[in-house]
Amino acid sequence: MNLAQLTIPQIQQGLKDKQFSAVELATEAAQFAAAENPKTNAYITLSPDRALATARLVDEKIARGEDAGALAGVPVAVKDVIVTKGVRTTCGSKILANYIPPYDATAVERLEQAGGLVVGKANCDEFAMGSSNENSAFGPVRNPVALDRVPGGSSGGSAAVVAQGTAVVSLGSDTGGSIRQPASFCGVVGVTPTYGRVSRYGLSAYASSLDHIGPFGRTVEDAAALLGVIAGRDEWDSTSAAAPVEDYVAACRQDVRGMKIGLPKEYFAGLAAETGDIIAAAVETLKSLGVEVVDVSLPATDYAVACYYIIATAEASSNLARYDGVRYTHRSDSSRTLAEMYRNSRGEGFGAECKRRIMLGTYVLSHGYYDAYYLKAQKVRALIAQDFARAFEQVDAIVTPVSPFPAWKLGEKVDDPVAMYLSDIYTITCDLAGIPGMSVPCGATPEGLPVGMQILTKHFDESGMFRLAGAFERARA
Amino acid sequence: MASSTIELAAPDVIAKYEVVIGLEVHVQLATNTKIFCSCPTSFGAPPNTNVCPVCLGLPGALPVMNRRAVELGSQAAISLHCNVNPFSRMARKNYFYPDLPKGYQISQFDQPLAEHGFLDITVTPEGEPAYKKRVGITRLHLEDDAGKSLHDGSFKDMDRYTYIDLNRSGTPLAEIVSEPDMRSSDEAVAYLTELKQVMQYINASTCDMEKGHLRADANVSVRLKGAEKLGTRAEVKNLNSFRFLKAAIEFEVARQVAIVEAGGKIHQETRLYDTESGETVGMRSKEQAHDYRYFPEPDLVPVRVSEKWREQLRAELPELPFDRRARFINDYGLREYDAQVLTATRDMSDYYEQAAKASEDPKGTANFVMGDLMGALKGEGKEISESPVPPEHMGELATLIKRGEISGKLAKEIFVKMFAEGTRPSVIMERDGLKQISDTGAIEKIIDEVLAANPKQVEQYKSGKTAVAGFLVGQVMKLSKGQANPGTVNEMLAKKLA
Ligand SMILES: [Zn+2]
Repeated sequence: MNLAQLTIPQIQQGLKDKQFSAVELATEAAQFAAAENPKTNAYITLSPDRALATARLVDEKIARGEDAGALAGVPVAVKDVIVTKGVRTTCGSKILANYIPPYDATAVERLEQAGGLVVGKANCDEFAMGSSNENSAFGPVRNPVALDRVPGGSSGGSAAVVAQGTAVVSLGSDTGGSIRQPASFCGVVGVTPTYGRVSRYGLSAYASSLDHIGPFGRTVEDAAALLGVIAGRDEWDSTSAAAPVEDYVAACRQDVRGMKIGLPKEYFAGLAAETGDIIAAAVETLKSLGVEVVDVSLPATDYAVACYYIIATAEASSNLARYDGVRYTHRSDSSRTLAEMYRNSRGEGFGAECKRRIMLGTYVLSHGYYDAYYLKAQKVRALIAQDFARAFEQVDAIVTPVSPFPAWKLGEKVDDPVAMYLSDIYTITCDLAGIPGMSVPCGATPEGLPVGMQILTKHFDESGMFRLAGAFERARA
Repeated sequence: MASSTIELAAPDVIAKYEVVIGLEVHVQLATNTKIFCSCPTSFGAPPNTNVCPVCLGLPGALPVMNRRAVELGSQAAISLHCNVNPFSRMARKNYFYPDLPKGYQISQFDQPLAEHGFLDITVTPEGEPAYKKRVGITRLHLEDDAGKSLHDGSFKDMDRYTYIDLNRSGTPLAEIVSEPDMRSSDEAVAYLTELKQVMQYINASTCDMEKGHLRADANVSVRLKGAEKLGTRAEVKNLNSFRFLKAAIEFEVARQVAIVEAGGKIHQETRLYDTESGETVGMRSKEQAHDYRYFPEPDLVPVRVSEKWREQLRAELPELPFDRRARFINDYGLREYDAQVLTATRDMSDYYEQAAKASEDPKGTANFVMGDLMGALKGEGKEISESPVPPEHMGELATLIKRGEISGKLAKEIFVKMFAEGTRPSVIMERDGLKQISDTGAIEKIIDEVLAANPKQVEQYKSGKTAVAGFLVGQVMKLSKGQANPGTVNEMLAKKLA
């Protein structure tokens, strides 16, 4: 077995044909991850025992002739902002360096019920704040495609482990592009579902109204299979939607002839030529499949980055208040008063980017500033959503680049947070509008750096997205 | 702060001022489970056992609104004549405190559950006539309670550590904010009393003040009588008894008047009432006030109360104490004070209502319930709901007097047996021969006997010492074992001696 090449259908076939057992897959994944991790630092914590325990259950079910689930025997990595019972969950932060959750996130529970093997906790930017995975208290992740480059962020580890092959699929989280951008940088598929499609229960909140859990895979179908398992209403998350979950794997196999896509001009201005050319070629491929291409406009895009950094930081400033040194977090032992204990524990526990966003968010919610910032940003957010709604009256999907440029070198942008923020320009509108989006590999730069194409569809139309992505992937193969 | 440093104004100086009071009352809603999780709200469990990831504020946990909390909050609002908003929203109130596990309270801010109501109260100041008043209700909103910080108690190292119990964290509260309509501590006490009664009547809360189910913050200011402009207010927090509410307001008024009289300025601030010293103490000034950075709670969907749901909730509501009191006065001829006593709790008023309905003398029934029954219950430490005497029996007892079948004195004797045995008064009356004798023939016989046996007293009476009649009546009653109808005895005796 070559774990780095296996797809979910191949694992299912292999288990059926008794080429390997789930326990063998778990063992192989554990060994492979332990061996590969020093190169990329993509895992913060490995959980071989947990994977093995699920694998045994899967093998028993198979032996009894029962259905072992859609993810039976599939090694899955879980971003370390998603809680796992009994397995350390750090959120990439020193403040939770020793935190062991007493419960599982709904997505984790569901993927294990479907037979998925949780092999480890993927490295990420601290509390999912970042675009390069350099904000992790556990060190940066190196891009498996080019080890001197970043894997993107904040779900850099989740993208890297799939690219590297130590996991077949993984869970990431996306608040402003944190799944699609690293997918693009590492050359894998990354999906941000509709807001509410996947329960956030157990996802440590960064910005609650923007946070999503979503899958990574090496193929469109693998990502679709994982989404199908974790999607759907969850009574533990009031914002999760009751919309019926379609068969996304089946959607991947559908024909795209007659579909209509829009290219928003705002997403192509100022794009690096090498990326622009690759996206243009990808659009040609879609055309050759019978897809109609038209121009659309999303004029509110210009305000998206500002809008995002107000809403996201405002919510973050509140969401991160619970990490206060009182209960399960790091507590500074050099304090004489309660206020000092708060200041020192948080000062020592949070990294620079977290502190920056907490301060920004605290400021925009302050008395007298709420209307000018938070309230206004919510209005802009509504405009951005309206832009998409209008565009989707015309087209079935919107296609754009994922990032203005491919993976940059480690350390290249760490001193310029604004440049880092601007790299999210093409991905954050999707989160603000709450629509689904994904990154599909569509080529590489002359240096061999992967480039992803972003596909956006209307609320709860993940099927439309998978349909295009599946057809495109087949056409490229 | 030592008491000597705070100057208080004298009553005659205070009398020149008008007191303005608004109350913010926190009522714990009587749900079985917490507002955002399914942990029990039961009191008295070992510390940190009624907890889960949600009410502990663990990473990734999310709140889910307890439908029952919305129902009870809405019923409380309807009972206070508020408009229940069809669409309201939870909001985060951000501040750090060790027993606040999320770092924010989930409350409501600009879109509360209900607004614009009122509560009618009856104020009974000592030594003055009672009067009625209407107090405006600004709003009612839902929120979760924090945990409890324990600074002293059974742990050895409490000189160095504060212990935290999060069992209470996530308990559902309704905060009821009044208009600044109250003008005295008596009015504030009357308001809180009425509010407590309403909440208990509708079973929205047990309002157990010892367990902290009802806590009031009082906003107090003073102004010279006739002045238009409101004075600067101070907020006295966390008053958990009627006595403390009254005392804290009165102290605060005397303190503020003294400052104003001395030409000083009242600072807008939050104060705490020290139950030991009986004083209020400054906690934080306006400048130090928290900036709560409210914003809509993104983890919860808006609270929607449809018209249908609201009307269903309204239909489930019982008669409210204020209305019931008025009806008791009207229908049963009760005095205001008696009506108040008999409607103090829903159990009491339900009991009396049943007794009155079974009686030919509701007013007499009221006297027996308030006097003999309540005295007997108190003696045994029992609640009205535990009364060994069914309400119908109390009604019957008053009826027997009204019909002249027993005297008041016999009734008291019968009641003792009713309380001990749970037997009907008419049964006891017959069984024990305690029936009143109204038969004139029988009474005449006894009177003749008494007159014959007491010729000296008869002589005295006839010589003008009519006071001796009392003695003769007593002798007749004694001979009849108390069963002779005293009215008849009086009448017949007067005739015989004439
Ligand atoms: Zn709980």
